[in-house]
Amino acid sequence: MSSVTETLPSSSLNSWQSRAGSQSFKAVFSRFIPWILPAILILAWHWAAATGVLDRNVLPGPVDVVNVAISLIQRGQLQHHLLVSLRRVAIGFSIGAAFGLGIGILVGLSSTARQVVDLTMQMIRTVPHLALVPLMIFWFGIGEEPRVLLVALGVVFSVYINTVSGIRSVDPKLIEMGRSYGLSEIQLIWSVILPGALQQILTGIRYALGVAWLTLVVAETIASREGLGFLVQDARELLRLDVIVLVIAIYAIAGWLADFLTRKLEARLLNWHPSYGEGARRS
Amino acid sequence: MSGASLKIRNLRRDFGDKRVLQDVDLDVAPGQFISLIGASGVGKSTLLKIIAGLDAPTSGSIRIGEPGEKPEVRMMFQEDRLLPWRSILGNVTIGTKGREAEGREMLAAVGLEGREDEFPSVLSGGQKQRAALARALLHKPDVLLLDEPFGALDALTRASMQQLLSKLLNEAPRTVVLVTHDVEEALLLSDRVIVMRSGRIALDLALEGSRPRARGDANLARLKEELVQSLLLDEGQTQPGVQEQVALRPLEAAE
Repeated sequence: MSSVTETLPSSSLNSWQSRAGSQSFKAVFSRFIPWILPAILILAWHWAAATGVLDRNVLPGPVDVVNVAISLIQRGQLQHHLLVSLRRVAIGFSIGAAFGLGIGILVGLSSTARQVVDLTMQMIRTVPHLALVPLMIFWFGIGEEPRVLLVALGVVFSVYINTVSGIRSVDPKLIEMGRSYGLSEIQLIWSVILPGALQQILTGIRYALGVAWLTLVVAETIASREGLGFLVQDARELLRLDVIVLVIAIYAIAGWLADFLTRKLEARLLNWHPSYGEGARRS
Repeated sequence: MSGASLKIRNLRRDFGDKRVLQDVDLDVAPGQFISLIGASGVGKSTLLKIIAGLDAPTSGSIRIGEPGEKPEVRMMFQEDRLLPWRSILGNVTIGTKGREAEGREMLAAVGLEGREDEFPSVLSGGQKQRAALARALLHKPDVLLLDEPFGALDALTRASMQQLLSKLLNEAPRTVVLVTHDVEEALLLSDRVIVMRSGRIALDLALEGSRPRARGDANLARLKEELVQSLLLDEGQTQPGVQEQVALRPLEAAE
């Protein structure tokens, strides 16, 4: 009898420990799961290029791409073009997001503003902004302005639409509560309406970042002398497939990075939300 | 100040063609606790919203406090209406400045000590209503309006919330208007029960004895039954003979 009671705790302790060990292993492992498939694809790509299954004149292997990246960095070209592109996205995105947010807040809060502005915004929105490329070049020539403006134009609507609908979806009961607790209109907007709309505004911003990159690709392929788009056009003319693949890879990484950063921002700003923040990561 | 007086004269409220409130005359003394009961859609909540200033009467007058006074009116709703993005303390101190210490005391008074920095999403329904009560009381309102505040809670939580409310009101009396579907709740908590029917005050019943009252009181049980029956009456039917002055046994005497 006594031997049973003595052995039971230690054996249950052991099993508990091993379970805890496998849990931490699982936690580490689960962080790597998303990276397994990309790793396999790159390895397969490398294998295909190395064995000659994949012709270099069709698609150069990952080693070639890394090599050309290194040589471009050594000549100071890659970072130069990357910075030019990043600057265009940053300026265009900031302008577009500021306008989208500003007009969106106005229209979301005021039914007069909505009546005046919304129909126009919705009509302009249906025009594919890339269709404006010829017009932009005609107006602004081939300098920086048309590229930055195109990015801004691509960004403005998704931020606008999400801001308006985010504000309009704020629970009117919370607004009524704010009023009955003596909040001024400014306090009401700042501490009830904007936080309530934030989740959807951030969704709009995340989507807008994707649109911004897409627009940049198109805007930079037209008569450009700098930027990633120029690099890829130049490479096409010089038949440098490795550079083309490199730029495409950079687009992919930059897009992923932008998404990653906005997710981080979401988790931080929406830490009160059960689906975001600490609680969400734990479960 | 232990509450403000409330004076309503000939109040009417129309929503389009629909007359929701009419001929409402009501006087509430400072510190009095009144309950509005009645079936759904008789205008109880509309009357409460008008008192809160969230809605305006079509005609008639309403005065809170004496001329020259500026009484504070605060409302507690059926839903907690806590801002999910603010901490509990941030919610309780909404609309105030530099009253964190008082907010903490108030949270302790409603039994939420140590939960100040948590977000509402981690609280239970009863705890959220406690936080909402703390928020309403922190403003030290002269008139406290309660719109079915415990309606969504389970019976046990509701009973403990009723006791908590009574205790806090005994410590710091204020004028209270409670809208409820629960006849027993009205009889336990208030000085006066007002029955509304189709936008009018159908019955004004004064209850004697200090509150809160003992649940087991025979008078209370009989009165509850009569009031429930009268609420079930259709429009146009005559009133049952509910006495307009009733003595009820207070809780202390019962235990």
